[in-house]
Amino acid sequence: MGYAARDNEFDVIIVGGGITGAGTARDCAIRGLKVLLVERHDIATGATGRNHGLLHSGARYAVTDRESAEECIKENMILRKIARHCVEETEGLFLTLPEDDLEYQKKFVESCQAAGINAKVIDPKEAMRMEPSANPDIIGAVQVPDGAVDPFRLTSANVIDAKLHGAKVLVYSEVTRIIKDGDTVKGVEVYNTITKQKAEYYAPITVNAGGIWGQRIAELAGTKINMFPAKGALLIFGHRVNNVVLNRCRKPANADILVPGDTICLIGTTSSRVPFEEVDNMYVTADEVDVLLKEGEKLAPSLASTRILRAYAGVRPLVATDDDPSGRNISRGIVLLDHETRDGIKGFVTITGGKLMTYRLMAEWATDLVCKKLGVDKKCVTMNTPLPGSEHEEIDEISKKTWAKPGTPHKATVGRHGGRAVQIGLENEYEASLVCECEEVSVGEVKYAINELDVHNLVDLRRRTRVGMGTCQGELCACRASGLLADAHKCTERAKADLKNFVNERWKGMYPVCWGDTLRESEYSQWIYSGVCGLEAEEESPKTE
Amino acid sequence: MNMQEKNISENNFEQCIKCTVCTVYCPVVPVNPLYPGPKQAGPDGERLRLKKGLFFDDTLKYCLNCKRCEVACPSGVRIGDIIQAARIKYGSGSPKLRDMILANTDFMGSVATVAAPVVNATLGLKPVKAVMDGVLKVDKRRTFPKYTSKKFESWYKGIASSQDSFGKHVSYFHGCYVNYNYPQLGKDVITVMNALGYGVHLLENEKCCGTALISNGMIDQAKRNAEHNIGSLRKSVQEKKMPVIGASSSCMFTIRDEYPHLLGVDNKDVRDSFELATRFIYRLIEDGKAKLVFKKDYKANVAYHTPCHMERLGWSIFSTELIRIIPGVTLTVLDSNCCGIAGTYGFKKENYEVSQAIGKPLFDQIGRIAPDYVACDCETCKWQIEMSTGVTVKNPISILAEALDLEATAAANR
Repeated sequence: MGYAARDNEFDVIIVGGGITGAGTARDCAIRGLKVLLVERHDIATGATGRNHGLLHSGARYAVTDRESAEECIKENMILRKIARHCVEETEGLFLTLPEDDLEYQKKFVESCQAAGINAKVIDPKEAMRMEPSANPDIIGAVQVPDGAVDPFRLTSANVIDAKLHGAKVLVYSEVTRIIKDGDTVKGVEVYNTITKQKAEYYAPITVNAGGIWGQRIAELAGTKINMFPAKGALLIFGHRVNNVVLNRCRKPANADILVPGDTICLIGTTSSRVPFEEVDNMYVTADEVDVLLKEGEKLAPSLASTRILRAYAGVRPLVATDDDPSGRNISRGIVLLDHETRDGIKGFVTITGGKLMTYRLMAEWATDLVCKKLGVDKKCVTMNTPLPGSEHEEIDEISKKTWAKPGTPHKATVGRHGGRAVQIGLENEYEASLVCECEEVSVGEVKYAINELDVHNLVDLRRRTRVGMGTCQGELCACRASGLLADAHKCTERAKADLKNFVNERWKGMYPVCWGDTLRESEYSQWIYSGVCGLEAEEESPKTE
Repeated sequence: MNMQEKNISENNFEQCIKCTVCTVYCPVVPVNPLYPGPKQAGPDGERLRLKKGLFFDDTLKYCLNCKRCEVACPSGVRIGDIIQAARIKYGSGSPKLRDMILANTDFMGSVATVAAPVVNATLGLKPVKAVMDGVLKVDKRRTFPKYTSKKFESWYKGIASSQDSFGKHVSYFHGCYVNYNYPQLGKDVITVMNALGYGVHLLENEKCCGTALISNGMIDQAKRNAEHNIGSLRKSVQEKKMPVIGASSSCMFTIRDEYPHLLGVDNKDVRDSFELATRFIYRLIEDGKAKLVFKKDYKANVAYHTPCHMERLGWSIFSTELIRIIPGVTLTVLDSNCCGIAGTYGFKKENYEVSQAIGKPLFDQIGRIAPDYVACDCETCKWQIEMSTGVTVKNPISILAEALDLEATAAANR
């Protein structure tokens, strides 16, 4: 396969640049298919980039959902091997507080072991030694193989590998029409939101990997999927208070997971049903902030006095197990729909449900089905094939091999890009100078991201490099990065509009937690941007509630 | 909301709003491009180090620990402490022989004083300097402080009994420099305090304050010294009811602030009773509890240099105001700049150029003013300024001792 005649003809078109779409594009491309991936915004903009970044051991689901738990632990072990630079092997603890039922621990451990999760009860004192920030009042502790995973890095690495295997990736390209011939899907019409151009692409199979937004894609194809958007809010703290994932050992509830993620830590989540119309505009309410803090403090008391950088919310793409209109039968498991057998629509497949943790398995299932339909006999190899950047050794080794005197910025860069960091120029003083001081992102890294990683604006750049994700939330780095983007795109006006958008986007996350030092920081940022940089206020204030 | 009223983190590092004023005031940044500056080495780097120790950057060793960043910070972040604490926690292994020699001021001092004439002569010899430069990496361009042949503590034994006759009493933390190199300052402290009606006593078995041990990473030893010294301070303050004075700003700063912040040695109960002699005397005068009578003919053109740790203590005002009281003195307060020596830092071969470059604005200003002498509360600044400008440096207490009409003062305070 793969010898299609024209530039706009492919073996498979994948709609959606979240982790599921990226993973599916990679798997299809590795199996030799000619792949087109289309995404209406940037990669990892939806649910993929708006979660805990928890490398689930599966323990959280062990009691309630054995199947998900088993999938999690298997994928957990695979990701540790194939996505080393995206994963941090932190271990996890399930803590029982005096107010929790210690009986639950027994059931929990039994369920974990039944699902193949190595959960062991440890002395609370030992737990405190492992993680000194944990609440010293704990009456029980279980150690599980949890970890942290960076969803942006993971998605980007999948996209890189798909491209290395010949896939074409179109970001800022929204599907406006599904091209059909009778009952058969023939391709998609795509509108590029940057160039304002429309184009048509053809393939015998189109995979809908749009997550919650897949409901619309299905509608365009003439069928219906019932999604049940569930909003989850999280708080990001200014630095790590914990280096081990902390969970509450109780029936899953609000704010019972504290995950260390890169330089920060996150407490979450809440869970509330939202109407489908609201999924594009998530905001965090004062009540949610209160709940997250109140419960989070019980896991790690120091959260009560740690600066909160921002709050954000994501939407879980929960789906009714096939046509159950009541929505009672909601699964967190993987849902693969072959619309030919389900609705009589040929050449159209939907892969949805699931979790960040199980993206690779979802991609494997979807690709298996695509291959079957195309008559391609190739086995999945993604469980054994490291992602680009993850082939190499540890951060220290890569740094020492690449640079004469690796400092903190060099090592931080390797931490973000793994073995691919060797391609980043940090040799001369200019390239090594910092754009983002909080996260130590250099000019060289920003240039690499702009040239190699489909970066079109500052928000994209943030997802690839962590520019603007640190304590100052863009105060010092956004204007510098904006200058580099203006250079790359040869357009100052576009860069200026982009800068405004970025600063407002940062503000949206700070607004719900804007007190204390976060308030001081935002005031100071405002002085810099309106006073020093001369950026005028938006005529219409950004939508925040 | 009663939650989240205050964001408190270790050394307040999260109060940093990235204004970068600390980097502007850092004396190392303009002269050493290898040093990332206090903001990046401190609160910024700390976030990465909290993630993993491997993000520790060896260039943190270029920090002078002058604490000028902390004085500049409008948010109360203890930037210097963050950097020193990181060096303690993540810095590589055991210190070099050279650093151990430089840091062990009291051990080296007690060896050297025994053989002072020989040591002083040899340290000045070119071949010896060449060996120290080549083997130990102690810069040959550096002049060494001279060792005394009779320790201050030995001298004091001869006059100890005379101190009991006074009506009021203080203890005196003299420091290694007074003991091994320059007992005259200690004698001046006693002269001045006696004139004010105070008997001066030594602490029980005083040990080196540990400034140099801390900056050379010998933390266990520093901690042992700290615990011992706080014990001795406690004995003086709580049992004997004697406040403790000192005349070295770095010893003072280390014992008051570095003990709790870097070594985790609690000093809350004695901290307020331990202060610089100039502050102690100034406050007596303020409260009308002491009077100074000066010689009629004393005249001097004095320039005051503010040592970095004095800047951090915020106490230079007491020294300068005390000097200003002397009728025949014209005082110029020099711009507050680091002299570059930073204890043992400037002695190290790899730091010599940087050390002199840091001090240049100060040396130039002293050259322009051409004072009779420079006044300064720190002994290492004294070595650096004397070596680099040729102008004599005196502790404010020594200036007082010279300018006071001792008999008249004693009479006025009886």
